[in-house]
Amino acid sequence: MDQINFFPLWLSLKTASISTVIVFLTGVFLSYLVSRKEFFGKSIIEAVFLLPLVLPPTVVGFGLLYIFGKNGMIGKILIDLFDFQIVFTWYGALIASIVVSFPLMYQSASAAFKQYDKNLENAALTMGKSRWIVFWTIAFPLAWPGLLAGLVLAFARGLGEFGATLMLAGYIPNVTETIPLAIYFAVESGKMEIAKFWVIIIVALGFFAILWLNWWSARNMMKHNR
Amino acid sequence: MQFLKRSLLFVLILLIIAGCNNGEEGKGKIVDSTNKNQEELFVSAAASLTEAMDEITELYEANHDVKLTFNFAGSGKLAQQIQQGAPVDVFISANENWMDSLEDEGLIDTDTRKDIIGNKLVLIVAKDSEMDIDSFNEIDKAELDQIAIGNPESVPAGEYTETILKNIHKWDELEEKFVYAQDVRQVLTYVETGNTDIGFVYESDALSSDQVKILAEADPSMHDPIIYPGAVTSDSTRKEEGYAFLEFLLSESGQKTLNKYGFSK
Repeated sequence: MDQINFFPLWLSLKTASISTVIVFLTGVFLSYLVSRKEFFGKSIIEAVFLLPLVLPPTVVGFGLLYIFGKNGMIGKILIDLFDFQIVFTWYGALIASIVVSFPLMYQSASAAFKQYDKNLENAALTMGKSRWIVFWTIAFPLAWPGLLAGLVLAFARGLGEFGATLMLAGYIPNVTETIPLAIYFAVESGKMEIAKFWVIIIVALGFFAILWLNWWSARNMMKHNR
Repeated sequence: MQFLKRSLLFVLILLIIAGCNNGEEGKGKIVDSTNKNQEELFVSAAASLTEAMDEITELYEANHDVKLTFNFAGSGKLAQQIQQGAPVDVFISANENWMDSLEDEGLIDTDTRKDIIGNKLVLIVAKDSEMDIDSFNEIDKAELDQIAIGNPESVPAGEYTETILKNIHKWDELEEKFVYAQDVRQVLTYVETGNTDIGFVYESDALSSDQVKILAEADPSMHDPIIYPGAVTSDSTRKEEGYAFLEFLLSESGQKTLNKYGFSK
């Protein structure tokens, strides 16, 4: 077996973790905001948020390349102002991961904020508590199991992201090589031993993430019932 | 509001369906050219030949009582389909290796194997690029941020690029600038959008895009010849028609059409 380079493992864990944190914060914030307010075009905004879920990842990648590429709307501004390049760097992998995993977090959080009785919040509000306090003491704890499910799904999706990453970050060994890219190019190059190794790693990571979620929510539910 | 939600749901469903179709297309698309009730010839051809074959089909069907049905995909995928028993009459590969492996396994009629056409490796830049070089030797590392090449271990065009850059002693110096693409189409996209300064593709690919221009051609003596072999499969029930089609591709009008799309011998 060829020497295994562990770079893809660290890069994948780094991008998936940072992306999960960003997606969790923005997803929870936006879904709470949208679920508690009625405004014109709400359904359209929700559809836009969920779009990356239904588009093929290569199409998402193509779109991201046009936005964050060297001549893209945002990419050009970042390069001109800060000399900061996204395309062909690990930031490209991070952005791809954020964009494709956001809908999963958003959808789970939306469902979680809808499933309990809103009157609990209304009661607290009429008694003069601020939105902020109500969110932290009522909404967040009640929605937490659903939010956690979204968090794990977002992490798993970010970890497995391939199509958009390949387009935006490109395949540069030791720079933008995540585990899914390593698997793809190993298979294409006929290096089946390396491909198998990474397949086992990524299956194990996904498996333990879900196992942990199930174990955690089972424990959590027991606490609730007590 | 209800109506808006319903129509959005409808659009979402359409998008999902469109997404699914997209995925299918990558696996190889089948193009039906006419509905006439004639002898049908099933041809598996390398994806790079798609546009040229559209025109050749028109030419061929006008003069022959045969209906051509094409299956376009990467040569490796097409060869694997034939290995799995796909009912193909004619196989045209973009690469000699895949044809060799089918020949070794006795899946094609060796007598019918012909070198149909060739291609050239070229250096491309975006249309508005100001780069001014006219040979591979003049590639200057200092002028470049990034270079797009097909992954040499899986993309034939990348393999030829590696050979020639090694032969002119540029590979080691340029290696840190490489972005490896999964196919030649991705190299084109990177150069078209200005994300890499230069890229290496076949001449036929470069001519298919109006967003790029060719700066230099690789010296053919510096790499193995780029050849597209074609052959009739052993299992074909229409061997004569298949062979006649290969002959047509080698005829003057067949070659002329291929030349028009950037292929050459």
